[in-house]
Amino acid sequence: MTTATMEHRLGSVTALPVGEGRAYPVGDEMVAVFRLRNGELRAVSAVCPHAGGPIADGLIDAEVVMCPLHQHIFELATGCSKTGQPPLKVYPVRVDNDELVVGLPA
Amino acid sequence: MERLVVIGNGMAGARTVEEILERGGRDRFSITMFGEEPYGNYNRILLSNVLSGAEDEAGIFLNSLPWYAENGITLRAGVRIDRIDRFARTVHADDGSVTPYDKLIIATGSRPFVPPIDGMRNPKRGYHQGVFTFRTIEDTRGMIRYARDHERVVVIGGGLLGLEAARGLQQYGVAVTLVHAAGHLMNSQLDAQGGAILRKSVERLGIAVELDARTNAVLGKEKVEGVRFADGRTIPCDMVVVAAGIRPNTEVAELSGLPVERAILVDDHLRVLDEPDIYAVGECVQHRGQTYGLVAPLWDQAKVLADHITGRNPTASYHGSRTATKLKVAGVDVAAMGITAPEREDDEFVVFAEPRRGVYKSVIIRDERLVGATLLGDVSKVGFLMQAFDRGLPLPEERVRLLFDLGGPATEVSAAELDDAAQVCNCNGVSKGALVSTVHGGVKTLNGVMDATRAGKGCGSCRSLVAQIVEWAAGGEVEQDPSAAWYVPGIPLDKPALMTAIREHGLKSVSAVFDTLAGGKEDAKSKMGLVSLLRMMWGDEYEDERGARFINDRVHANIQRDGTFSVVPQMKGGVTTPAQLRRIADVADKYRVPMVKLTGGQRIDLLGIRKEDLPAVWADLDMPSGYAYGKSMRTVKTCVGSDFCRFGLGDSTALGIAIESKFQGLESPAKMKLAVTGCPRNCAEAYVKDLGVVAIEGGRWEIYVGGAAGAHIRKGDLLATVDSPAAVITLTGRFLQYYRENANWLERTYSFVPRVGIERLRALIVDDTEDLGEGLDSRMEAAVGAYRDPWKEGQEPVVPGQFRTALPLRSLPLVPVRAGNGAVTGPVPAVGSAVAGPSNGGAQ
Ligand code: SRM
Ligand SMILES: Cc1cc2nc3c(=O)[nH]c(=O)nc-3n(C[C@H](O)[C@H](O)[C@H](O)COP(=O)(O)OP(=O)(O)OC[C@H]3O[C@@H](n4cnc5c(N)ncnc54)[C@H](O)[C@@H]3O)c2cc1C
Ligand code: SF4
Ligand code: FES
Repeated sequence: MTTATMEHRLGSVTALPVGEGRAYPVGDEMVAVFRLRNGELRAVSAVCPHAGGPIADGLIDAEVVMCPLHQHIFELATGCSKTGQPPLKVYPVRVDNDELVVGLPA
Repeated sequence: MERLVVIGNGMAGARTVEEILERGGRDRFSITMFGEEPYGNYNRILLSNVLSGAEDEAGIFLNSLPWYAENGITLRAGVRIDRIDRFARTVHADDGSVTPYDKLIIATGSRPFVPPIDGMRNPKRGYHQGVFTFRTIEDTRGMIRYARDHERVVVIGGGLLGLEAARGLQQYGVAVTLVHAAGHLMNSQLDAQGGAILRKSVERLGIAVELDARTNAVLGKEKVEGVRFADGRTIPCDMVVVAAGIRPNTEVAELSGLPVERAILVDDHLRVLDEPDIYAVGECVQHRGQTYGLVAPLWDQAKVLADHITGRNPTASYHGSRTATKLKVAGVDVAAMGITAPEREDDEFVVFAEPRRGVYKSVIIRDERLVGATLLGDVSKVGFLMQAFDRGLPLPEERVRLLFDLGGPATEVSAAELDDAAQVCNCNGVSKGALVSTVHGGVKTLNGVMDATRAGKGCGSCRSLVAQIVEWAAGGEVEQDPSAAWYVPGIPLDKPALMTAIREHGLKSVSAVFDTLAGGKEDAKSKMGLVSLLRMMWGDEYEDERGARFINDRVHANIQRDGTFSVVPQMKGGVTTPAQLRRIADVADKYRVPMVKLTGGQRIDLLGIRKEDLPAVWADLDMPSGYAYGKSMRTVKTCVGSDFCRFGLGDSTALGIAIESKFQGLESPAKMKLAVTGCPRNCAEAYVKDLGVVAIEGGRWEIYVGGAAGAHIRKGDLLATVDSPAAVITLTGRFLQYYRENANWLERTYSFVPRVGIERLRALIVDDTEDLGEGLDSRMEAAVGAYRDPWKEGQEPVVPGQFRTALPLRSLPLVPVRAGNGAVTGPVPAVGSAVAGPSNGGAQ
């Protein structure tokens, strides 16, 4: 089940404040990237499957993001919803030379 | 490890797997489950509640996707099995995959039975678009969507499901006709007399009932126009729901050469006949000639199957279930079990009927055992009858005691009297014994017991019995849920203890609180409340972490359903000027603001502003924030007062403006909305505000607190009557500060004031009996002094990308653009759907 991944560079990681998320258009997708308090990064799809809420605007902790519109909760690592919604997509994300790099299926 | 494959991820399949895990199955099997639906397992029973709006879709999931992963189960959601190869021991799926098994469980359930009716299907397009069945989440969503913009629905089938569908659909404003082929409703559970009484009760709810009506055609080509009965009568309608029974899903078994009659044949171990490694469970099985269409038998079956397959108890066997049913329709109580009419000459039949009140009760006794019972309109005895029926309990000599409580503290007796093995929660199969041992194991709260056992988490009809049993088992010492007293869910401290700890450790940021008081474990749900508390406690010294704030407080505006924001500039006391209005008008033009609206808080709302435009909008407005987005001081509404109004007794406008200027933007546990009104005519609605001031004769002012006219309506309590505007401002400051320091997160004054009591508040705040006044005053002064208009941040964003869009590129349910005449000119808003929690992120 391996599909080819294409990496995209999203600019400097310093543009992403700790504890917050930002949305990035990548190809045809919108990706929400979060910087956790311990410095780790998480990337998930930016549109809430519940009613299209902006996931990047959500409150996070080390495990989950909470959509700002109706407070549905999703695991950042797996995308799975803890409140019975369909899942978010998750993407690999890393820092390379101070730049955010996210991988999307090619 | 053996490979266990389960076909079917419904109520029986998932429950059986849970039972297997409970018996150590995780070490023995590697488990793969197939389910046709693209999600985890939900409580099908509760679809009736979702339809009627009593429950959210989100609330009915039993096993979420993470549950499977956490338990080491491979879930193949959305994958259908087409065929079993018994010889190669593999299952073949519709995605082409082939999965080998050592043990196989079939739990494919059933599907709606749709009688042959002309015009129901379009040969090319399948079901007519206005025709529905009622089995899945998709069915339920489809019905809700369709019912919203249609007028008349015919529900075919007057059994349990049909009645629940009919009642649920009424919520959407459709006229409902229930059509039943038999001579009385629920004819498999009720006798004719009971059926007739039920019909009356159903009609009283506004549902039309047609009996002896065999539908033979759906009329209308392009859209549904009506139905026709065999006797030639027609009824007009634009929607049809078929709830005429179910048929077991046996195709896969049949195609694979397994023995099938009405359903898949199983032995007493739930093993498919002559197949040592294949089991079946749930609605798809036929056991000793019986099939079932309710959940209670599935629980019994799941236990036996699990005992057997794990080797825990290789002789465990299933002997069939005795089923009882309850109707979950608001306004009609029906419970029925066993046979509906005496069958033998010496069957005892005791009946009570009071048709005017819609009450009907009957019991049938054979050889001193209860073999049937029906309760309509009054189901208070259902608990005992169900146990008697299920377990063959001895029956009282005076049979009338089966139907009525004749004196005595009935409920206490019943919790104590119940047999340990008696099933209390029929949705989740929880016995009294399980509840009692959970309590004795140390869980002493009702919620705790419900979480641990899942009792009461199905249709909810047993919740009061669960509560009674928990209370009884705890010897009357039921504890309140401790977390209910915590200020925020992630830190196990109530507000006073939390504030003390914060002060002792000098915790000035949200992350410092998590690090010191929660072992470093952050909790997203707790952040908003902590930000508010820390800002209240530390004022200027508070160490801000933007990520801890809710989006509204990051960008100082209220998020809208489409991800844009609303901007409400401050307009103290509801007073504005032509210059302000011109600026607002210019901004509305320049940024093409979709809607400009007067709010209920006496100011002007610019709705639909894009996040990236916020700084420019604020700069152009050049007005301070109205704080219409935070848990904070909102507005002070005023009336015109003595300057203009011929009845005015005091200058309410000036006082309102003074109060708003002083306390503007103060964060608090919940919104604070104030008003000052110039006479008791109360045009500014001061009696129903968090704090309301009323001018009265003689230059005096009354101060009311704890009023509300939102989700709750409450007239405020009179705190004090004072002589001067200055005294009003002092007491207002003290009250607000006391509330800020002592109220729970999101506790509005309408709850806080009655909780503390107005006498005590008056003693503390007005009479200053405990010398709090000076401290309250000085802390309030410090807070007020720390005020800074947050819209200034527009010029100097605090963090990179603070105002960068998070709006998806995909089109969203857009907020409509409204022209001045009120006509909608833009896209129509999508219909909102399930909401996960209280709108604690909200603004107003
Ligand atoms: C804009 C406004 C309606 C309007 O067009 O007039 C409004 C709009 C909202 N109100 Fe309100 N309320 C507005 C006046 C009121 C009033 C009347 C008043 O303030 O005099 C009330 C009754 C007073 C009260 O609060 O008790 C009111 C009681 C509520 C409540 C119920 C609160 C309660 O506990 O009873 C909520 C829900 C909540 O707070 O959880 C609410 C929540 C909301 C939210 C914030 C829903 C949300 O969470 O997003 C709405 C935001 C709409 C948006 O898209 O931005 N709104 N809301 C009013 C803004 C007033 C202002 O200028 O600040
Ligand atoms: C609206 C409604 C209200 C109800 N109310 C009550 C009530 O109040 N009390 C009560 O006792 N009962 C009630 N019931 C009945 C109860 O829901 C059923 O008895 C129960 O769901 C049956 O469980 P099951 O697992 O056998 O079947 P299901 O829950 O239907 O599960 C079958 C599963 O098998 C899957 N499946 C089928 N074929 C395949 C295949 N070939 N490959 C892969 N997967 C497959 C399906 O996707 C599904 O996941 C109600 C039912 C409905 C629809
Ligand atoms: S919360 Fe309800 S009443 Fe208030 S503005 Fe929104 S829709 Fe209207
Ligand atoms: S849109 Fe995300 S929770 Fe509703």
